[in-house]
Amino acid sequence: MAVVETRNLTKVFKEGALGAVNNVNLETREGEFLVFLGPSGSGKTTLLRMIAGLETPTSGEILIGGKVVNNLSPRERRIAMVFQSYALYPHLSVYKNIAFPLKAQGVKKELHREKVEWASGLLGIGHLLDRKPRELSGGERQRVALARAIVRQPAVFLLDEPLSNLDAKLRASAREELEQFHKNVGTTTIYVTHDQIEAMAMGDRVVVLHQGVVRQIGTPKEVYEDPADTFVATFLGSPPMNLLESSDVIIGFRPESFLPFELISANNQVKFRYKINYLEYLGAERVLYGTLEGSHFESKEIISRLSWTMPAGYEAGSVHDFAVAEADLRFFNRSTGKRAEARALPWP
Amino acid sequence: MAIGRPKIKSLQAAESPLLGGAMFSPAVLYIVLLIGAPFVLAIFYAFSDARIGSTTLHFVGLENFRSILQSPSFRKALQNSIVFTICAQAIVVVCSTMLSIALEKKFRGRGLLRFLILLPWVAPVSLGSIGWKWILDSIYSVITWVLVWLHFYKPYGAPMWLGQPHLAMASVILVHCWRLIPFATVVMLAGSSAIPKEIPEAAAIDGAGFWRTLFQIKIPMMLPIINVAVLFGTIFTFTDMTVVYILTAGGPFDSTQTLPSLAFATGIQGSDLAAGAAISLFLVPVLVVIAYLMLRMAHRAEVV
Repeated sequence: MAVVETRNLTKVFKEGALGAVNNVNLETREGEFLVFLGPSGSGKTTLLRMIAGLETPTSGEILIGGKVVNNLSPRERRIAMVFQSYALYPHLSVYKNIAFPLKAQGVKKELHREKVEWASGLLGIGHLLDRKPRELSGGERQRVALARAIVRQPAVFLLDEPLSNLDAKLRASAREELEQFHKNVGTTTIYVTHDQIEAMAMGDRVVVLHQGVVRQIGTPKEVYEDPADTFVATFLGSPPMNLLESSDVIIGFRPESFLPFELISANNQVKFRYKINYLEYLGAERVLYGTLEGSHFESKEIISRLSWTMPAGYEAGSVHDFAVAEADLRFFNRSTGKRAEARALPWP
Repeated sequence: MAIGRPKIKSLQAAESPLLGGAMFSPAVLYIVLLIGAPFVLAIFYAFSDARIGSTTLHFVGLENFRSILQSPSFRKALQNSIVFTICAQAIVVVCSTMLSIALEKKFRGRGLLRFLILLPWVAPVSLGSIGWKWILDSIYSVITWVLVWLHFYKPYGAPMWLGQPHLAMASVILVHCWRLIPFATVVMLAGSSAIPKEIPEAAAIDGAGFWRTLFQIKIPMMLPIINVAVLFGTIFTFTDMTVVYILTAGGPFDSTQTLPSLAFATGIQGSDLAAGAAISLFLVPVLVVIAYLMLRMAHRAEVV
């Protein structure tokens, strides 16, 4: 096991152009499950590929286990990687796929069978060893890729969107298995995804990236409840945080905090007139899309999320009193978008 | 609907047997007239005593086959054809694989290099062969001139590239390789670029070096396309007579005579149409077997 650290890591693909990764400083903890989260083009995969040694940094350092590895080839970094496409060797059987890293790293031949059986047993694919990758389902391929990654007990696991090729139902169970698997092996893991649900569910900590810059590093709770800037606030959460711009400040609140006035028990609350334009019925919850009325945020679009346990009667076209508890308001500097101290509301 | 209607109409037109037949007919005509008819004629002649200038024709059964099987020239030509094809293909496969790997990565001047490599394939065979005939000529050879200039050989003591049996065969093989490598390289490039880039990357992370990735991952994955290149190359080599005819005309002492050149020499130049036809028919079973084997291999090695 090892800690991965990057210092001022930068990657510029085309001279003069904006860097794909800019000055990234981060450090994993021992045995941590760290998630890189960001929209496509945010540089998360490039960052991972630099750590893997598949991409050369333009500047900055990468450390694995306290040692600078910039000049080491991927094989010398003691890492294992699972690719989005799994990158299984199509002409080799599952057994030979899993044994390939052992062979390539000169592990004694007598030990191969034992190690392959250990890895495939751990992932429940022991009965598939004679098959070719093309004869496997998506979920089985993903497990073969994982088995190939763990078989030589690497210091660090790098996972590049390994669940994105699975269908929704399989993805949920694979997510659970992956978490369980991480608990069992306890290896430091870096996981890249654009799916915030995966990030929140699996990550010990989440690194939110945007345009090659780290916007926030924190536990899922921290990045969701205390976003560092307006990008994190709107990227995380579906539907995203509502933002109200007023004088020099941006005020944000989550759709699930924007509730019918009579349902909020807190003492300090901010009241709005809310006209519902249309609503989505999602089973466990209803998402209301509407506009504010009366205040100086007239016709500002706001989203509210009501749990199915809340009373019905919020129909399209109706106008109600809605409110947000003051404790649920988040303040951002309007010019920088960065988080600001809580303060008195700028309107009466 | 207004947009959909003409589409349906054109679909119906495409399904009409008349139009389909009309569009198919040039191909059928081409095959029947230029391949089918001569092939049937060759079979017919092979069992007859047809000769150029003779007005009579008799059916002679297997007589032609019996006589050519006893001819030392034929046996030599058959042996040469096999050596010629195997050596040329071995060299072509190795060189084109190497070239395709070298040309995969981007570098300055790659486009120009690709163009230059493709030139031998684009130029007409006869022109290329005539060029080589001069390069290897006994008196005017630039290769000999350079070797003499470098003091490897004394003047007039240099080897005769096309005049000594083994050297002549080697020359013919190498010129043929020169001509076939571009084609094979293009086929291989297509094959190697079809390998997803994550796969060699995964191999690199798994700890494989350049050679292991090449021999255990890339080449096995390219095998179906290599088979295609070898299949085409074999047929091109086995049936080619231009290079042999222009460089050596089969000499010296039949040492570079191959089946097609022998068939031409016997049937057209030697006026014995029947024997020429019989010799060329020997190509058929060999080619059929090669085609069958290669197609089966390509099918079995199919990946993904």
